[in-house]
Amino acid sequence: MNATGMQCPADLRKDELIVLGHGSGGKLSAELVRKVFLPALSNPILDRLNDGAELNLDAGRIAFTTDSFVVNPLRFPGGDIGSLAVNGTINDLAVIGAQPLGLSAAFILEEGFPIAELRDIVESIRDASRQAAVPIIAADTKVVERGKADGMFITTSGFGIIPSGLELGPERAMPGDAVLVSGPIGDHGIAVMSAREGLRFETTVVSDCAALHGLAATMIATGGKVRCMRDATRGGVATVINELAASSGVEIIIDEPAVPARDAVRAACEILGLDPLYVACEGRLVAIVDPADADRILAAMRRHPLGEGACRIGAVTRKHNPRVLLRTAFGPTRLLDLLPGDQLPRIC
Amino acid sequence: MKFVDEFRNVGAARALLDRIRATVTKSWTIMEVCGGQTHTILRYGIDELLPPAVTLVHGPGCPVCVTPIEMIDLAIGLAQRPGVILCSFGDMLRVPGSRSDLFDARAAGADVRVVYSPLDAVDLARRETAREVVFFAVGFETTAPTTAMAIAHASDLGLSNFSVIAAHVRVPPAIEAILAAPDNRVQGFLAAGHVCTVMGIGEYRPIVEKFGVPIVVTGFEPIDLLDGIAMCVAQLEAGRAELENQYARSVRPEGNRAAQALMAAIFTPVDRRWRGLEALPKSALAISDRYAAYDAIRKFNLTSARVAEPLECRAGEVLRGLLKPPQCPAFGRNCTPDHPLGAPMVSSEGACAAYFRAGRVAEATEAE
Repeated sequence: MNATGMQCPADLRKDELIVLGHGSGGKLSAELVRKVFLPALSNPILDRLNDGAELNLDAGRIAFTTDSFVVNPLRFPGGDIGSLAVNGTINDLAVIGAQPLGLSAAFILEEGFPIAELRDIVESIRDASRQAAVPIIAADTKVVERGKADGMFITTSGFGIIPSGLELGPERAMPGDAVLVSGPIGDHGIAVMSAREGLRFETTVVSDCAALHGLAATMIATGGKVRCMRDATRGGVATVINELAASSGVEIIIDEPAVPARDAVRAACEILGLDPLYVACEGRLVAIVDPADADRILAAMRRHPLGEGACRIGAVTRKHNPRVLLRTAFGPTRLLDLLPGDQLPRIC
Repeated sequence: MKFVDEFRNVGAARALLDRIRATVTKSWTIMEVCGGQTHTILRYGIDELLPPAVTLVHGPGCPVCVTPIEMIDLAIGLAQRPGVILCSFGDMLRVPGSRSDLFDARAAGADVRVVYSPLDAVDLARRETAREVVFFAVGFETTAPTTAMAIAHASDLGLSNFSVIAAHVRVPPAIEAILAAPDNRVQGFLAAGHVCTVMGIGEYRPIVEKFGVPIVVTGFEPIDLLDGIAMCVAQLEAGRAELENQYARSVRPEGNRAAQALMAAIFTPVDRRWRGLEALPKSALAISDRYAAYDAIRKFNLTSARVAEPLECRAGEVLRGLLKPPQCPAFGRNCTPDHPLGAPMVSSEGACAAYFRAGRVAEATEAE
């Protein structure tokens, strides 16, 4: 019912649920697109409802990436699966130096999923896409039977252009290089855990979920030599640094007291028996840069709203059997290895 | 972070290290009992900071590690039965039984769930009235009271679909067994602070007197451990053998009486074999006859056959402080956290896994 007491017959009811027919390709599918997706995500390319998006591009190096999102719960302090899907895909492009130009989004919805909740998530996608100025130019929806999906899964792909002359790559780290992180770590993982069934706890921590292409462009614009960047998602900063060490065949030493983490994140990790270095971020990047340019790049990061808390946390020490060492506050170093699986809370 | 940072202070650590260096004149071997303490020692490299005369060896205090293989097999077997939901702490799901672990069972279709408290399992039983909810309970005297509370709560609610595989174990019998062994080399103990927070310190006095060894009840932060080591070394150098409490901010001499009363009502001490060790008298807590309805082993008539440990594994010697993990020939070669042969390589708090994770495997192989 609207404010005048008249009901619009074509409007989807607030209490309506996703049914299998919404994925049939027939009238219900068309209605879902018309009522939920198009109003939020409208742009000239998407609005054509063609089988594929058509774009005119200047020639150059194209970057392309894809990612799936299965977060539980779908909403958490500071974001939801929608903003996560947009920002996560943009970040995969940003850290290889690409200017993101467009995204696709494919939705797998579970029968019975509330349309009102879908609408909220699509609006969150709209907001994230507008804020990042990267449009959704292709989309798809499928519905599976109840019990065959955890509410909703989203797969996003994205593409962009890498400016000519820019060379970034995980194999480019060299002895002497500085390791930077763009802000306090672990906010996203702790925010999601605080909202998770069976573990709910009160915290001031909100997800760091954000699109990093502006920050990455700022770093590159300094003219300083950025060897490589990677956004720290699942597995956290420790996992990303291990991946970079492996790709470059180098040893990296991280200075534990220099790694930034909020007190609330550290406290939650203490209680849960987790190490913040392995807790997920969704709006932080790790960069390996030429040591001569490190201060300049760090200063530029700190002037950017998403890099205010940037820190220099370590250095590439030598060409070596690749490994990452952590120098503790007390002086000795220990191996900072990849985890065999998810971090599991300890028993005591 | 308040209540934590002051116990990780670098200046305080240097002062304690100076005190230890100034005191020590002979070689001493000290065992920290708890896996949490082992974890802190390796995490901060405390063993590398100590003077060479002080050797730390690592005790059997990792509950995940010492849970016998046959108990894990029982839990996996039960999880595979139709209508059963098996709940446990996350750590427990990755521990290998004789053929597979609980994660494998889950992937193969068993309903295995991670809970953060045994009371979550009771809540699940209230919601899933048509299913049997079984909580696989592991841990020392620290986690046993929460299991006891869950059983008491289920009993108050009259729940008939909740039961527990109780694999709880007690610290004092393990310390006695280590000291009584003819090849023992441990001269002083750091007892597990949180166990004593529950149980008090009285149980350790007869051990101190019988064996003439110092026992210092110690906390889990690096400053706690250095302080505990300093207290233990001071006793050893002075020829004293006393029970001391380093962790007084958490441990009262009498412990937590309410928790003890609850445990006494629900559990009975029984003999049990520990993984990597032999049968230890009165070393485990089984569910008492009065609460037999909540004992999954009796309820489902579970029986187990003893499973042999791999011959290559020398966990027994590691757990008794006779061998440091890298001295075992299988360490880091045939035995890694991904493919553990023995108990201490299983959980992150096991001594072998703690050494492996801290990168001590690289040193062991590089030194060759």
